Amino acid sequence: MIVVIDYNVGNVRSVCNTFRHIGCDVKLSCEPTDIQGAAGLVLPGVAAFGYAMSALGPLAELIKKVARTGKPLLGICVGYQMLFEKSSEYGRHTGLGLVSGNVVPIPSGRTIPHMGWNIVKLPGDMDLFSGLGDEKHFYFAHSFYAEVTDNQTKIAYTDYGFDLPATVQKANIYGTQFHPEKSGKTGLKVLKNFARICEGTNP
Amino acid sequence: MLATRIIPCLDVKDNRVVKGIHFLNLRDAGDPVELGARYSDDGADELVFLDITATIRSRKTIVELVEKVAENVFIPFTVGGGIQTVEQMDELLRSGAEKVSVNTAAVQNPNLLTEAARRFGNQCVVLAIDARRSKKNPDKWQICVKAGSEPTDIDAVEWAAKGEKLGAGEILLTSMDADGTRAGYDIELTKAVSDTVNIPVIASGGAGTLEHLYEAIIDGGADAVLMASITHFENYTIKQMKEYLAGRGIPVNL
Repeated sequence: MIVVIDYNVGNVRSVCNTFRHIGCDVKLSCEPTDIQGAAGLVLPGVAAFGYAMSALGPLAELIKKVARTGKPLLGICVGYQMLFEKSSEYGRHTGLGLVSGNVVPIPSGRTIPHMGWNIVKLPGDMDLFSGLGDEKHFYFAHSFYAEVTDNQTKIAYTDYGFDLPATVQKANIYGTQFHPEKSGKTGLKVLKNFARICEGTNP
Repeated sequence: MLATRIIPCLDVKDNRVVKGIHFLNLRDAGDPVELGARYSDDGADELVFLDITATIRSRKTIVELVEKVAENVFIPFTVGGGIQTVEQMDELLRSGAEKVSVNTAAVQNPNLLTEAARRFGNQCVVLAIDARRSKKNPDKWQICVKAGSEPTDIDAVEWAAKGEKLGAGEILLTSMDADGTRAGYDIELTKAVSDTVNIPVIASGGAGTLEHLYEAIIDGGADAVLMASITHFENYTIKQMKEYLAGRGIPVNL
Protein backbone atom coordinates (compact mmCIF):
# COMPACT_ATOMS: atom_id res chain seq x y z
CA MET A 1 0.00 0.00 0.00
CA ILE A 2 1.08 3.55 -0.76
CA VAL A 3 0.72 5.96 2.13
CA VAL A 4 0.16 9.63 1.39
CA ILE A 5 1.39 11.53 4.42
CA ASP A 6 -1.41 13.53 5.95
CA TYR A 7 -0.10 16.66 7.60
CA ASN A 8 -3.00 18.99 7.07
CA VAL A 9 -1.88 21.00 4.05
CA GLY A 10 -3.39 21.47 0.58
CA ASN A 11 -3.51 18.88 -2.22
CA VAL A 12 -3.22 15.74 -0.05
CA ARG A 13 -6.71 14.74 -1.11
CA SER A 14 -6.00 15.36 -4.81
CA VAL A 15 -2.97 13.09 -4.62
CA CYS A 16 -5.05 10.32 -3.00
CA ASN A 17 -7.84 10.77 -5.58
CA THR A 18 -5.32 10.37 -8.36
CA PHE A 19 -3.82 7.15 -6.98
CA ARG A 20 -7.33 5.75 -6.49
CA HIS A 21 -8.25 6.74 -10.04
CA ILE A 22 -5.34 4.68 -11.43
CA GLY A 23 -6.37 1.69 -9.31
CA CYS A 24 -3.74 1.88 -6.53
CA ASP A 25 -4.23 0.86 -2.96
CA VAL A 26 -3.64 4.14 -1.16
CA LYS A 27 -4.14 5.44 2.36
CA LEU A 28 -4.01 8.96 3.71
CA SER A 29 -2.38 8.73 7.11
CA CYS A 30 -0.10 10.32 9.67
CA GLU A 31 0.16 7.16 11.82
CA PRO A 32 3.75 5.95 12.36
CA THR A 33 2.71 2.28 11.93
CA ASP A 34 1.16 3.04 8.50
CA ILE A 35 4.21 5.02 7.46
CA GLN A 36 6.59 2.26 8.53
CA GLY A 37 4.47 -0.47 6.94
CA ALA A 38 3.87 1.29 3.58
CA ALA A 39 5.25 0.00 0.28
CA GLY A 40 6.00 3.60 -0.58
CA LEU A 41 5.45 7.09 0.77
CA VAL A 42 4.21 10.26 -0.88
CA LEU A 43 4.87 13.63 0.67
CA PRO A 44 2.56 16.08 -1.10
CA GLY A 45 2.11 19.73 -0.25
CA VAL A 46 0.65 22.99 -1.38
CA ALA A 47 1.92 25.43 1.24
CA ALA A 48 4.73 27.81 2.05
CA PHE A 49 7.92 25.93 3.03
CA GLY A 50 8.07 27.08 6.65
CA TYR A 51 4.40 26.38 7.24
CA ALA A 52 4.73 22.92 5.68
CA MET A 53 7.79 21.98 7.76
CA SER A 54 6.15 23.05 11.00
CA ALA A 55 2.93 21.21 10.04
CA LEU A 56 5.04 18.09 9.47
CA GLY A 57 6.44 18.41 13.01
CA PRO A 58 7.77 15.15 14.51
CA LEU A 59 6.82 13.24 11.32
CA ALA A 60 9.92 14.77 9.73
CA GLU A 61 12.27 12.56 11.75
CA LEU A 62 10.20 9.45 11.02
CA ILE A 63 10.14 10.17 7.26
CA LYS A 64 13.93 10.62 7.25
CA LYS A 65 14.42 7.39 9.15
CA VAL A 66 12.07 5.40 6.89
CA ALA A 67 13.53 6.90 3.70
CA ARG A 68 17.00 5.76 4.79
CA THR A 69 15.78 2.14 4.92
CA GLY A 70 15.33 2.28 1.12
CA LYS A 71 11.55 2.65 0.99
CA PRO A 72 10.48 4.66 -2.09
CA LEU A 73 9.55 8.25 -1.20
CA LEU A 74 8.01 10.74 -3.62
CA GLY A 75 7.91 14.43 -2.72
CA ILE A 76 5.59 16.68 -4.71
CA CYS A 77 5.87 20.49 -5.00
CA VAL A 78 6.65 21.79 -1.50
CA GLY A 79 6.96 18.12 -0.48
CA TYR A 80 9.73 17.90 -3.09
CA GLN A 81 11.35 21.11 -1.84
CA MET A 82 11.36 19.74 1.71
CA LEU A 83 13.64 16.89 0.58
CA PHE A 84 16.47 19.46 0.42
CA GLU A 85 18.52 21.06 3.18
CA LYS A 86 17.27 24.63 3.49
CA SER A 87 14.78 27.13 2.09
CA SER A 88 14.66 30.93 2.15
CA GLU A 89 10.89 31.27 1.54
CA TYR A 90 9.61 33.84 4.10
CA GLY A 91 12.57 33.36 6.46
CA ARG A 92 15.18 30.62 6.87
CA HIS A 93 13.96 27.08 7.25
CA THR A 94 15.60 23.67 7.54
CA GLY A 95 14.32 20.86 5.36
CA LEU A 96 14.65 17.07 5.59
CA GLY A 97 18.15 17.12 4.09
CA LEU A 98 17.68 13.87 2.16
CA VAL A 99 19.07 15.49 -1.00
CA SER A 100 21.85 18.09 -1.00
CA GLY A 101 20.79 21.51 -2.19
CA ASN A 102 18.89 24.61 -1.16
CA VAL A 103 15.53 26.07 -2.10
CA VAL A 104 15.94 29.64 -3.36
CA PRO A 105 13.83 32.23 -5.22
CA ILE A 106 13.48 31.87 -9.00
CA PRO A 107 15.82 34.56 -10.40
CA SER A 108 14.06 37.80 -11.39
CA GLY A 109 13.74 38.92 -14.99
CA ARG A 110 10.85 36.62 -15.82
CA THR A 111 7.24 36.16 -14.69
CA ILE A 112 7.16 34.72 -11.17
CA PRO A 113 5.52 32.42 -10.03
CA HIS A 114 6.48 29.92 -12.71
CA MET A 115 2.88 29.01 -13.37
CA GLY A 116 1.51 26.64 -15.95
CA TRP A 117 2.54 23.83 -18.29
CA ASN A 118 6.19 23.57 -19.17
CA ILE A 119 8.16 20.96 -21.08
CA VAL A 120 10.34 18.61 -19.06
CA LYS A 121 13.17 16.81 -20.87
CA LEU A 122 12.93 13.22 -19.69
CA PRO A 123 16.23 11.37 -19.19
CA GLY A 124 16.01 7.73 -20.28
CA ASP A 125 17.50 6.48 -17.01
CA MET A 126 14.82 7.87 -14.65
CA ASP A 127 12.29 5.11 -14.01
CA LEU A 128 9.62 7.63 -12.96
CA PHE A 129 9.38 8.57 -16.65
CA SER A 130 9.28 5.07 -18.17
CA GLY A 131 7.16 4.94 -21.31
CA LEU A 132 6.78 8.72 -21.62
CA GLY A 133 9.21 9.46 -24.43
CA ASP A 134 11.76 12.29 -24.61
CA GLU A 135 9.77 15.21 -23.30
CA LYS A 136 6.34 16.07 -21.92
CA HIS A 137 4.39 19.01 -20.52
CA PHE A 138 3.79 19.10 -16.75
CA TYR A 139 1.98 21.60 -14.53
CA PHE A 140 4.13 23.86 -12.35
CA ALA A 141 3.10 26.47 -9.75
CA HIS A 142 5.99 27.80 -7.66
CA SER A 143 8.10 30.87 -6.89
CA PHE A 144 11.06 29.04 -5.33
CA TYR A 145 13.12 26.22 -6.81
CA ALA A 146 15.78 23.78 -5.65
CA GLU A 147 19.40 24.36 -6.54
CA VAL A 148 20.53 20.75 -6.50
CA THR A 149 24.13 20.20 -5.42
CA ASP A 150 23.92 16.45 -4.81
CA ASN A 151 26.23 14.62 -7.21
CA GLN A 152 24.49 11.29 -6.61
CA THR A 153 21.22 12.69 -7.92
CA LYS A 154 19.70 12.30 -11.38
CA ILE A 155 17.95 15.46 -12.50
CA ALA A 156 15.33 16.20 -15.17
CA TYR A 157 15.13 19.84 -16.22
CA THR A 158 12.63 22.27 -17.63
CA ASP A 159 13.56 25.49 -19.41
CA TYR A 160 12.40 28.68 -17.73
CA GLY A 161 15.09 30.91 -19.15
CA PHE A 162 17.54 28.72 -17.22
CA ASP A 163 17.71 25.00 -16.50
CA LEU A 164 15.22 24.60 -13.68
CA PRO A 165 15.32 21.19 -11.93
CA ALA A 166 11.87 19.64 -12.36
CA THR A 167 12.48 16.14 -10.99
CA VAL A 168 15.18 14.49 -8.92
CA GLN A 169 15.97 10.89 -8.18
CA LYS A 170 18.51 9.75 -5.63
CA ALA A 171 18.29 5.98 -5.13
CA ASN A 172 14.85 5.47 -3.51
CA ILE A 173 14.15 9.20 -3.09
CA TYR A 174 12.10 10.89 -5.81
CA GLY A 175 10.77 14.40 -6.08
CA THR A 176 8.86 16.47 -8.61
CA GLN A 177 8.60 20.24 -8.54
CA PHE A 178 5.58 19.93 -10.85
CA HIS A 179 2.25 18.44 -9.82
CA PRO A 180 1.82 14.97 -11.36
CA GLU A 181 -1.65 14.78 -9.78
CA LYS A 182 -2.65 17.85 -11.81
CA SER A 183 -0.75 17.10 -15.01
CA GLY A 184 -3.50 15.21 -16.83
CA LYS A 185 -2.77 11.83 -18.41
CA THR A 186 0.99 12.37 -18.39
CA GLY A 187 0.94 12.97 -14.65
CA LEU A 188 -1.17 9.87 -14.07
CA LYS A 189 1.49 7.85 -15.88
CA VAL A 190 4.23 9.23 -13.58
CA LEU A 191 2.23 8.19 -10.53
CA LYS A 192 1.61 4.75 -12.07
CA ASN A 193 5.35 4.41 -12.54
CA PHE A 194 5.91 5.36 -8.91
CA ALA A 195 3.33 2.77 -7.83
CA ARG A 196 5.24 0.12 -9.85
CA ILE A 197 8.50 1.16 -8.20
CA CYS A 198 6.82 0.69 -4.81
CA GLU A 199 5.51 -2.76 -5.72
CA GLY A 200 8.99 -3.82 -6.79
CA THR A 201 10.58 -3.06 -3.46
CA ASN A 202 7.84 -4.51 -1.31
CA PRO A 203 6.37 -7.54 -3.05
CA MET B 1 9.15 27.02 -22.79
CA LEU B 2 6.07 27.77 -20.73
CA ALA B 3 2.81 27.24 -22.64
CA THR B 4 0.15 29.93 -22.77
CA ARG B 5 -2.82 28.64 -20.82
CA ILE B 6 -6.40 28.25 -22.05
CA ILE B 7 -8.73 28.42 -19.05
CA PRO B 8 -12.48 27.82 -19.26
CA CYS B 9 -14.33 29.60 -16.47
CA LEU B 10 -17.35 28.02 -14.82
CA ASP B 11 -19.60 30.46 -12.99
CA VAL B 12 -21.62 28.37 -10.57
CA LYS B 13 -25.02 29.26 -9.18
CA ASP B 14 -27.26 26.78 -7.33
CA ASN B 15 -25.03 23.90 -8.47
CA ARG B 16 -25.34 24.81 -12.17
CA VAL B 17 -22.91 26.51 -14.50
CA VAL B 18 -24.37 29.77 -15.77
CA LYS B 19 -23.15 32.56 -18.01
CA GLY B 20 -24.47 36.07 -18.44
CA ILE B 21 -23.67 39.31 -20.20
CA HIS B 22 -22.07 42.14 -18.20
CA PHE B 23 -22.60 39.89 -15.14
CA LEU B 24 -26.41 39.81 -15.78
CA ASN B 25 -29.01 37.79 -17.79
CA LEU B 26 -27.73 34.37 -16.76
CA ARG B 27 -28.13 31.36 -19.05
CA ASP B 28 -27.73 27.71 -17.98
CA ALA B 29 -24.62 25.95 -19.28
CA GLY B 30 -24.73 22.59 -17.54
CA ASP B 31 -23.51 20.56 -14.60
CA PRO B 32 -20.22 21.84 -13.10
CA VAL B 33 -18.65 18.43 -12.44
CA GLU B 34 -19.55 17.06 -15.89
CA LEU B 35 -18.45 20.21 -17.67
CA GLY B 36 -15.21 20.33 -15.66
CA ALA B 37 -14.39 16.71 -16.51
CA ARG B 38 -15.18 17.33 -20.17
CA TYR B 39 -12.84 20.31 -20.33
CA SER B 40 -10.15 18.32 -18.58
CA ASP B 41 -10.49 15.54 -21.20
CA ASP B 42 -10.57 18.09 -24.03
CA GLY B 43 -7.17 19.47 -23.03
CA ALA B 44 -7.99 22.60 -21.02
CA ASP B 45 -4.89 23.74 -19.13
CA GLU B 46 -6.71 24.79 -16.01
CA LEU B 47 -10.22 25.57 -14.80
CA VAL B 48 -11.73 28.36 -12.74
CA PHE B 49 -14.88 27.80 -10.68
CA LEU B 50 -16.56 30.94 -9.39
CA ASP B 51 -19.35 30.63 -6.87
CA ILE B 52 -21.44 33.58 -7.97
CA THR B 53 -24.08 33.02 -5.30
CA ALA B 54 -21.47 33.24 -2.55
CA THR B 55 -23.84 33.12 0.40
CA ILE B 56 -23.28 31.36 3.70
CA ARG B 57 -25.45 28.49 2.51
CA SER B 58 -23.63 28.16 -0.81
CA ARG B 59 -20.28 27.97 1.07
CA LYS B 60 -20.94 24.36 2.05
CA THR B 61 -22.21 23.51 -1.44
CA ILE B 62 -19.05 24.84 -3.06
CA VAL B 63 -16.80 22.76 -0.78
CA GLU B 64 -18.79 19.66 -1.76
CA LEU B 65 -18.53 20.67 -5.40
CA VAL B 66 -14.75 21.09 -5.10
CA GLU B 67 -14.48 17.60 -3.60
CA LYS B 68 -16.48 16.11 -6.46
CA VAL B 69 -14.54 17.99 -9.11
CA ALA B 70 -11.26 16.86 -7.56
CA GLU B 71 -12.33 13.23 -7.92
CA ASN B 72 -12.88 13.67 -11.64
CA VAL B 73 -10.53 16.39 -12.82
CA PHE B 74 -6.77 15.89 -13.00
CA ILE B 75 -5.78 19.37 -14.06
CA PRO B 76 -5.40 22.35 -11.73
CA PHE B 77 -8.40 24.40 -10.80
CA THR B 78 -8.97 27.66 -8.97
CA VAL B 79 -12.00 28.34 -6.79
CA GLY B 80 -13.36 31.76 -5.96
CA GLY B 81 -16.46 33.62 -4.88
CA GLY B 82 -17.17 35.01 -1.43
CA ILE B 83 -13.94 33.80 0.18
CA GLN B 84 -13.15 35.93 3.21
CA THR B 85 -10.68 34.12 5.46
CA VAL B 86 -7.56 31.93 5.28
CA GLU B 87 -9.54 29.17 7.00
CA GLN B 88 -12.02 29.12 4.11
CA MET B 89 -9.09 29.04 1.68
CA ASP B 90 -7.52 26.19 3.60
CA GLU B 91 -10.74 24.19 3.41
CA LEU B 92 -10.96 24.64 -0.38
CA LEU B 93 -7.30 23.81 -0.95
CA ARG B 94 -7.56 20.70 1.19
CA SER B 95 -10.71 19.70 -0.69
CA GLY B 96 -8.71 19.62 -3.92
CA ALA B 97 -8.46 23.14 -5.35
CA GLU B 98 -4.99 24.15 -6.52
CA LYS B 99 -5.52 27.88 -6.04
CA VAL B 100 -8.08 30.19 -4.47
CA SER B 101 -9.15 33.56 -5.79
CA VAL B 102 -10.21 36.51 -3.71
CA ASN B 103 -11.83 39.72 -4.83
CA THR B 104 -14.04 41.78 -2.50
CA ALA B 105 -12.44 40.45 0.70
CA ALA B 106 -8.97 41.54 -0.47
CA VAL B 107 -10.25 45.08 -1.11
CA GLN B 108 -11.84 45.20 2.35
CA ASN B 109 -8.84 43.57 4.04
CA PRO B 110 -5.69 43.70 1.87
CA ASN B 111 -3.74 41.92 4.61
CA LEU B 112 -5.64 38.76 3.66
CA LEU B 113 -3.34 38.41 0.63
CA THR B 114 -0.25 38.51 2.84
CA GLU B 115 -1.64 36.08 5.38
CA ALA B 116 -2.62 33.66 2.61
CA ALA B 117 0.75 33.88 0.85
CA ARG B 118 2.68 33.18 4.03
CA ARG B 119 0.62 30.13 4.76
CA PHE B 120 0.00 28.63 1.31
CA GLY B 121 2.74 30.27 -0.77
CA ASN B 122 1.91 33.09 -3.21
CA GLN B 123 1.39 30.60 -6.09
CA CYS B 124 -1.91 29.66 -4.41
CA VAL B 125 -3.27 33.16 -4.15
CA VAL B 126 -5.15 34.61 -7.10
CA LEU B 127 -6.31 38.22 -6.93
CA ALA B 128 -9.49 38.57 -9.00
CA ILE B 129 -10.13 42.09 -10.23
CA ASP B 130 -13.38 43.19 -11.86
CA ALA B 131 -12.69 46.47 -13.65
CA ARG B 132 -14.52 48.88 -15.89
CA ARG B 133 -13.45 52.01 -17.67
CA SER B 134 -13.80 55.01 -15.40
CA LYS B 135 -16.45 57.52 -16.45
CA LYS B 136 -14.58 60.36 -14.74
CA ASN B 137 -11.23 59.50 -16.25
CA PRO B 138 -11.53 57.44 -19.46
CA ASP B 139 -7.79 56.63 -19.47
CA LYS B 140 -8.23 54.63 -16.28
CA TRP B 141 -10.19 51.68 -14.99
CA GLN B 142 -11.95 51.49 -11.65
CA ILE B 143 -12.51 48.28 -9.77
CA CYS B 144 -15.91 47.06 -8.66
CA VAL B 145 -16.60 44.72 -5.78
CA LYS B 146 -19.45 42.44 -4.68
CA ALA B 147 -19.73 40.65 -8.01
CA GLY B 148 -19.41 43.91 -9.89
CA SER B 149 -22.37 45.54 -8.19
CA GLU B 150 -20.43 48.11 -6.19
CA PRO B 151 -18.03 50.51 -7.90
CA THR B 152 -15.05 51.86 -5.95
CA ASP B 153 -12.58 54.70 -6.54
CA ILE B 154 -9.68 52.26 -6.63
CA ASP B 155 -7.62 52.28 -9.82
CA ALA B 156 -7.34 48.78 -11.31
CA VAL B 157 -3.68 49.03 -12.37
CA GLU B 158 -2.58 50.42 -9.00
CA TRP B 159 -4.57 47.77 -7.17
CA ALA B 160 -2.96 44.99 -9.23
CA ALA B 161 0.51 46.33 -8.35
CA LYS B 162 -0.40 46.60 -4.68
CA GLY B 163 -1.90 43.12 -4.73
CA GLU B 164 1.35 41.69 -6.09
CA LYS B 165 3.36 43.36 -3.31
CA LEU B 166 0.96 42.06 -0.68
CA GLY B 167 1.26 38.44 -1.79
CA ALA B 168 -0.94 37.69 -4.80
CA GLY B 169 0.69 35.19 -7.16
CA GLU B 170 -1.59 35.79 -10.10
CA ILE B 171 -4.12 38.35 -11.35
CA LEU B 172 -7.44 37.24 -12.81
CA LEU B 173 -8.42 40.39 -14.66
CA THR B 174 -12.02 40.69 -15.84
CA SER B 175 -13.23 43.57 -17.95
CA MET B 176 -16.82 44.19 -16.96
CA ASP B 177 -17.30 46.26 -20.10
CA ALA B 178 -16.34 43.30 -22.29
CA ASP B 179 -17.79 40.46 -20.19
CA GLY B 180 -20.15 38.22 -22.14
CA THR B 181 -20.15 40.48 -25.23
CA ARG B 182 -17.91 38.21 -27.34
CA ALA B 183 -16.54 41.44 -28.85
CA GLY B 184 -12.96 40.88 -27.71
CA TYR B 185 -10.95 41.31 -24.51
CA ASP B 186 -10.17 44.79 -23.21
CA ILE B 187 -6.65 44.83 -24.64
CA GLU B 188 -5.69 48.22 -23.20
CA LEU B 189 -6.66 47.17 -19.69
CA THR B 190 -4.87 43.83 -20.04
CA LYS B 191 -1.73 45.52 -21.33
CA ALA B 192 -1.77 48.22 -18.64
CA VAL B 193 -1.86 45.55 -15.93
CA SER B 194 0.51 43.03 -17.51
CA ASP B 195 3.09 45.80 -18.13
CA THR B 196 2.90 46.77 -14.46
CA VAL B 197 3.06 43.47 -12.59
CA ASN B 198 5.58 40.64 -12.73
CA ILE B 199 3.11 37.89 -11.77
CA PRO B 200 0.99 36.08 -14.39
CA VAL B 201 -2.10 37.87 -15.69
CA ILE B 202 -5.17 35.98 -16.88
CA ALA B 203 -7.20 38.01 -19.36
CA SER B 204 -10.94 37.59 -18.89
CA GLY B 205 -14.12 38.94 -20.41
CA GLY B 206 -15.08 39.34 -24.06
CA ALA B 207 -13.65 36.32 -25.90
CA GLY B 208 -15.70 35.72 -29.04
CA THR B 209 -13.29 34.57 -31.74
CA LEU B 210 -9.94 32.80 -31.95
CA GLU B 211 -8.35 36.07 -33.05
CA HIS B 212 -9.43 37.61 -29.72
CA LEU B 213 -7.36 35.06 -27.82
CA TYR B 214 -4.33 35.87 -29.94
CA GLU B 215 -4.78 39.62 -29.35
CA ALA B 216 -5.02 39.23 -25.58
CA ILE B 217 -1.77 37.24 -25.55
CA ILE B 218 0.27 39.22 -28.08
CA ASP B 219 -1.15 42.76 -27.78
CA GLY B 220 -2.38 42.51 -24.19
CA GLY B 221 0.61 40.55 -22.84
CA ALA B 222 -1.63 38.04 -21.03
CA ASP B 223 -0.03 34.84 -19.70
CA ALA B 224 -3.32 33.01 -19.94
CA VAL B 225 -6.73 33.55 -21.49
CA LEU B 226 -10.01 32.78 -19.80
CA MET B 227 -13.28 32.23 -21.58
CA ALA B 228 -16.81 31.04 -20.87
CA SER B 229 -19.53 31.74 -23.45
CA ILE B 230 -17.52 30.69 -26.51
CA THR B 231 -16.63 27.35 -25.09
CA HIS B 232 -19.68 26.46 -22.94
CA PHE B 233 -21.99 26.94 -25.89
CA GLU B 234 -19.52 25.06 -28.09
CA ASN B 235 -18.55 27.67 -30.62
CA TYR B 236 -14.99 26.43 -30.28
CA THR B 237 -13.34 23.45 -28.69
CA ILE B 238 -10.21 23.76 -26.57
CA LYS B 239 -8.32 21.88 -29.27
CA GLN B 240 -9.40 24.35 -31.97
CA MET B 241 -8.19 27.24 -29.82
CA LYS B 242 -4.82 25.61 -29.20
CA GLU B 243 -4.29 24.60 -32.82
CA TYR B 244 -5.10 28.13 -33.94
CA LEU B 245 -2.66 29.69 -31.45
CA ALA B 246 0.05 27.13 -32.25
CA GLY B 247 -0.39 27.96 -35.95
CA ARG B 248 0.33 31.59 -35.10
CA GLY B 249 3.50 30.74 -33.21
CA ILE B 250 2.25 30.80 -29.62
CA PRO B 251 3.55 27.95 -27.42
CA VAL B 252 0.65 25.81 -26.19
CA ASN B 253 0.32 22.39 -24.58
CA LEU B 254 -1.37 20.44 -27.39
